[in-house]
Amino acid sequence: MTDKTAGGDVRLSGISKHYGTFTAVHPLDLTIPQGSFFALLGASGCGKTTTLRMIAGLEEPSTGTVHLGDREVTDLPPYKRPVNTVFQSYALFPHLSIFENIAFGLRRRGIKSVKKQVDDMLDLVQLGQFAQRKPHQLSGGQQQRVAVARALINHPQVLLLDEPLGALDLKLRRQMQLELKRIQTEVGITFVHVTHDQEEAMTMADTVAVMNGGRVEQLGAPAELYENPRTTFVANFLGTSNLIEASVESAGPDVVVSASGTTLRLPAARCSTTPRTGGKLLVGVRPEKVSLVPAAEENAIATGRNKITGRIAASSFIGVSTQFVIDSPVCPELEVYVQNIERDGRLVPGAEVVLHWNPEHTFGLDADQDIDAGIETVEESA
Amino acid sequence: MTATAAPPQAPAPTEPPVHKPSVRKRLVPYWLLLPGILWLLVFFVLPMVYQASTSVQTGSLEEGFEVTWHFQTYWDAFTEYLPQFLRSLLYAGTATALCLLLGYPLAYLIAFKAGRWRNLLLVLVIAPFFTSFLIRTLAWKTILADGGPVVAGLNAIGFLDVTSWLGMTEGDRVLATPLAVVCGLTYNFLPFMILPLYSSLERIDTRLHEAAGDLYARPATVFRKVTFPLSMPGVVSGTLLTFIPASGDYVNAELLGSTDTRMIGNVIQSQYLRILDYPTAAALSFILMAIVLIMVTIYIRRAGTEDLV
Repeated sequence: MTDKTAGGDVRLSGISKHYGTFTAVHPLDLTIPQGSFFALLGASGCGKTTTLRMIAGLEEPSTGTVHLGDREVTDLPPYKRPVNTVFQSYALFPHLSIFENIAFGLRRRGIKSVKKQVDDMLDLVQLGQFAQRKPHQLSGGQQQRVAVARALINHPQVLLLDEPLGALDLKLRRQMQLELKRIQTEVGITFVHVTHDQEEAMTMADTVAVMNGGRVEQLGAPAELYENPRTTFVANFLGTSNLIEASVESAGPDVVVSASGTTLRLPAARCSTTPRTGGKLLVGVRPEKVSLVPAAEENAIATGRNKITGRIAASSFIGVSTQFVIDSPVCPELEVYVQNIERDGRLVPGAEVVLHWNPEHTFGLDADQDIDAGIETVEESA
Repeated sequence: MTATAAPPQAPAPTEPPVHKPSVRKRLVPYWLLLPGILWLLVFFVLPMVYQASTSVQTGSLEEGFEVTWHFQTYWDAFTEYLPQFLRSLLYAGTATALCLLLGYPLAYLIAFKAGRWRNLLLVLVIAPFFTSFLIRTLAWKTILADGGPVVAGLNAIGFLDVTSWLGMTEGDRVLATPLAVVCGLTYNFLPFMILPLYSSLERIDTRLHEAAGDLYARPATVFRKVTFPLSMPGVVSGTLLTFIPASGDYVNAELLGSTDTRMIGNVIQSQYLRILDYPTAAALSFILMAIVLIMVTIYIRRAGTEDLV
């Protein structure tokens, strides 16, 4: 039917959406390769759902085009697009049985003998014995699986998932993430998944596009985004980052910066901007990359590591690790996660400590941006 | 027996006694029911019993009526006024169908497309109720008057030829024909169709329309397979609220019809108020009630609304 090699890519070119004077999505170019699990990640109102709906045909783009493979579908109504959606609210038909819900798409395309396919699909989502029930007789997780089955049975070129796990409790959500990932690997259909949950996006997707204010901030593999954020929004939205404002002392393959008298080093390759001597730079490090020792043991730290002194302001024990908040002249509220292998009794609030980490683990960001971008949204969704 | 009444040295009771509501508290729901029950008793049950007894009486106004268990009245009334019964059901049925045809698109528009005009349109739907039923029906007399613009217009487009062929009008008159009565019924009961339709359409999650469209249903199919089935509770209650009162109505036939368009309501009214044959009038009322009850029961069974809640 469709060319399996290159034909199935989703291509958005210059696509945008305005509502009156409000711009939900700024002109956007995006190519989603055939067979990939692609996540659109962002806080609510960032334009991710609007983008998804434009692919589905439920929203008409103000500018730009949507291509599925070589075929332009920008002006096609939803019922003519080889695309299916799993809605946030599932939108199961309350008057139809689970069987008829799943058979809906097949019947609309004039397929008469649906029994075999529907039964197979019910088995895939492990709901065989519920075929004759009505949606309201099923639990949230079961309804969610029906919604997936109802879309997948049509073998769409692209399956769109609009926060499909948002209504489930945490444990069920983890379970369904693995389930969806398993199904995607099994059927090999392109999945485009919209979510505000960064962990969900990173666990499931091959490629994540982080959206903010109607634009894609950064796009890449989850590990790539996490290790090398290019904007403060991505640094703060994906996990937690310690961002330190510093001035560049010398630029070269090894950048030397100073912040409140403390000298730090980082590789130029890990800077999203070209550092200039005398210029500003935001220096970032992830809390789990940092080690913590009492101030008395400063001498034991290997040379060449980045060091910051400070005092423990707060600590919280969360089982696998202990999270510390450190007050330092360099930066208030530095976060450090220490694995609970051997717990050091001296690391208590009020203790003077030294933070140290491998300069290779440091990244640099353009200082011309809001250092706190993306922070509130993380707390809201957590 | 509550715990507070138990002697202090008694062993701890096995069940926690604090949750047992007092007798007074348990009676509260029944006290709240009382006004409604009294109302039904006085204004529904008693008149029904009285009418039932009237229907099996014989006698005359001069000599007085007496209960003689004369059930023959029912059969006589039924056979004598069968044409009026059939006419009532036919007119009410036609008016109900017309109400559904006119009301559904309007209810759909208000529920899904009206946006900020929604409330205004709803007010307009019930606006006629601000005027008396009689006055509104009399106004139709003027609207459908012979030689009036409406009749002239209907005549010009050949509409009256069609209705006349159907036996609903005669010549170039509309007033005093079945069409006029059906028009009046349709007009007067239309809001009773629109409001339940609206309330059941309005509850439909529009994302279901999107989902159906996403699953290859074109707009007409979305309506047939999703919207309409989900609006069935509204269709059923709308048709009942229209059909039941329309089948017993006599005002429209009285004001807009002629002696050839008399409905069963007109017969009952004249038996009561002009001929003063109370037993026949009461028997006719019970027959009408029984017919409507049977039809409604069959209809609800067929429509299967209990499945749609």
